[in-house]
Amino acid sequence: MIPVEAYLVVSTLLFFIGVYGFFVRKNLIGILMAVELILNAVNINFVVFNRFLYPDHLEGYMYSLFVIVVAAAETAIAISIIINVYRKLSNIRVDSINELKN
Amino acid sequence: MAENLTSIDFAGLFTADNIVFCLLSAVILVCGFMSVASTKILRAATYLFFTLFAVAGLYLTLNYEFIAAVQLSVYAGGILVLLIFAIMLVKNLGTDTETTSYVNKTIAGIAALAGAVFAFITMSKYRFISNEEANDASEMIDMEMIGQTLMGTDKYQYLLAFEAVSILLLACIVGSIVVATKSKED
Repeated sequence: MIPVEAYLVVSTLLFFIGVYGFFVRKNLIGILMAVELILNAVNINFVVFNRFLYPDHLEGYMYSLFVIVVAAAETAIAISIIINVYRKLSNIRVDSINELKN
Repeated sequence: MAENLTSIDFAGLFTADNIVFCLLSAVILVCGFMSVASTKILRAATYLFFTLFAVAGLYLTLNYEFIAAVQLSVYAGGILVLLIFAIMLVKNLGTDTETTSYVNKTIAGIAALAGAVFAFITMSKYRFISNEEANDASEMIDMEMIGQTLMGTDKYQYLLAFEAVSILLLACIVGSIVVATKSKED
């Protein structure tokens, strides 16, 4: 059986890959994809702790199920906002979205 | 050939479990990194697809079939198709390359690396449950238990959260239609 630390190492690395992508991406869809990576890393943690600590309960399991659903909702809303931004500005770069500033 | 391979004893290091886990985590990490480092956004979406697929495989190594199926159908099937649609709808995004300055990349890399090192230091300070103490994780959970946990109202059961999520999804459908509809003044 795989030790729990191995799963944690993979999920930590995936999380910080997502953080790196969140910092370097300039367009909104790239940022959204980095957020998906972060959510996946968190899901792995929930599921692994559930499996190793309480295999007869389903707390972490249900939590990651709800995280997946909320991620789907978040992506749908974010993409409709991105399409709206594109209609107004005809690009989706983060630094051109400054209409609320003044 | 297969007999030859099994006769060599690598001290139990090359068990099927270990090989599958290493392959899956290699796919997760390499494709995950490529999906944030690739300059073409459509390629990044494809790499993200492989990452999500491998994460579903990781759930399967833990014998959680249902959540692996949900991961495949919602993430790889739903969210990714939505992302690719958005990439196609936005002009030039599929072919344009994205440029970030090296200063930005270096600072972001240092920040992410520092975070990872901090997390590893914290992790090494704790003694996690060992395989011998861990409950037997090879048994599967039956669908009935998942259904009862999702739909029950007792302790450790999640009907309220389920209903809240259904309201959230409804609000999200209405909201995304309202936001994305073209207004008359434009």
